[in-house]
Amino acid sequence: MNIYQEEILEHYRHPHNTGQLEHADVVQQEYNPFCGDKLTLYLTFVDNKVAEVRFMGEGCAISQAATSMLTDKIAGMTRKQIQQLTKEDVLQLLGIELGPTRLKCALLSLQGIHHAIQQAPTPTSKDVTA
Amino acid sequence: MERILTKKIQQDFPLLQRGVAYLDNASTTQKPQAVLDAMNAYYTECCANVHRGIYAISEDASARFEAVRDQVQQFIGAGHREEIIFTSGTTASLNMIARMLGATCSAGDEIILTEMEHHANLIPWQIVARERGLKLQFLRAREDGEIYAEDLQALCTPRTKIFALTHLSNASGYRTPLAELTRLAHEQHLLVVVDAAQSVPHIPINVAELDIDFLTFSAHKMCGPTGVGVLYGKKALLERLEPAFGGGHMIAHVTLEGSTWAELPMKLEPGTPNIAGIIGFGAALTYLSQIGMQAIEQHIHQLHTDALKKLTALPGIRILGPKDHSTITGILSFAVNGIHPHDIASVLDNEGVAVRAGHHCAQPLMTAWGVSATTRASFYFYNTEEDVNRFIAAIQKTQQLFLP
Ligand SMILES: Cc1ncc(COP(=O)(O)O)c(C=O)c1O
Repeated sequence: MNIYQEEILEHYRHPHNTGQLEHADVVQQEYNPFCGDKLTLYLTFVDNKVAEVRFMGEGCAISQAATSMLTDKIAGMTRKQIQQLTKEDVLQLLGIELGPTRLKCALLSLQGIHHAIQQAPTPTSKDVTA
Repeated sequence: MERILTKKIQQDFPLLQRGVAYLDNASTTQKPQAVLDAMNAYYTECCANVHRGIYAISEDASARFEAVRDQVQQFIGAGHREEIIFTSGTTASLNMIARMLGATCSAGDEIILTEMEHHANLIPWQIVARERGLKLQFLRAREDGEIYAEDLQALCTPRTKIFALTHLSNASGYRTPLAELTRLAHEQHLLVVVDAAQSVPHIPINVAELDIDFLTFSAHKMCGPTGVGVLYGKKALLERLEPAFGGGHMIAHVTLEGSTWAELPMKLEPGTPNIAGIIGFGAALTYLSQIGMQAIEQHIHQLHTDALKKLTALPGIRILGPKDHSTITGILSFAVNGIHPHDIASVLDNEGVAVRAGHHCAQPLMTAWGVSATTRASFYFYNTEEDVNRFIAAIQKTQQLFLP
């Protein structure tokens, strides 16, 4: 199967949500030791939901497209909703199947977002069960 | 161009029948049927431990096993058979020699490595350096990407004891000026440890002529099975070193309080070795010798030259490593403008071309090059011009896909 579908290439060429956030609540760095790719995520939270998200970093088309799509998806999501995101969600966004090695590329951003959530400022009480 | 070796040779390799253009030979090579048969024959005809049984099948196994030691001795031009120590691979050999030599050093002694070492020839030295308070110094490549003997001289101090270096860089294919470096290191009374994991499979090597003190390589990069490697050491040196690992088979006399060691090579081969693997390695050496290392070197050189010419004719290609491409053999490490190595390798895979993308276990070198990863094509004697052409066509296809 050709994993380089037009949508993936489009996100790779013109990734969404790139850049930095000066006022980020959380800055999370991720590293893929297999290929040396680095990813930095910037998030702000309002009412326990992701208000803004940006990312910086270099990577292959799969990792860039996955990060671009995933950062689109999590905007406005609650911490709990984000925690529940899985590998399958990322593959569904990408619309392809991947072998074990390329899966690591695809999942770097999910891993980063999960780590970021753990560090996010404590939620206000009304959102705990959201 | 007339080819030294022809496509017919591929018939000896079951996996190559699948039609893949296998260009990841620096990682591991394919195995000819003869190697698989030799290992199978051990298991079906003489499966017994070596050097223990007084019964016929054990003696048969021991004879097949020890014959490989003679073959290795011949293959690398060692003076004595007991200078050949079997290990599980280059990594194990380098860890072992680092431990054994490290034990002879005192705090403050210095070890020189190059900046282009595989992690297997870096981390073991970092570990002993930390344990024993030794200092690591690094011989760096100059602007042109090459290493110079004068720079080694400049790094030497009265405390320098060891110089460990690669003969052929797996990340770039650069062939270090080993003879000159060894001569200079010996003038400075250093012991020379050579990581020959990439060179022994590609180039005829004579350790006695080169006057190398210790040399390491892996069977699996030269048509042999995985899990087998060699540590060559000059007999007088190996005799002086204390073993790094103890166990059965390596002792002369044992009491509860202490033990004495067996003679070489047993002293450095504790436990049951990879008998089937070593016997398979023997078959690989026979196979390579029949083709001839000179022919192998020339064929790889032809393919490499051809691939280099065709690759550099494409737009946006940067060859990593020394600027003078005549110092590179067998390996092409490159960057394609605007395309990540992973994506290149994925598209190539789709086209039936196997290459490696990554840091090639040489992260400090990637840092020096200012990249996080490269794409690497590496050739062996069974590769053909057709493999090269498929590789080039697949790179063009990748460029079309990513750079419209
Ligand atoms: C130059 C070099 N040194 C050491 C090694 C490690 O060899 P092994 O993995 O067989 O122990 C390799 C293999 O990748 C290599 O290319």
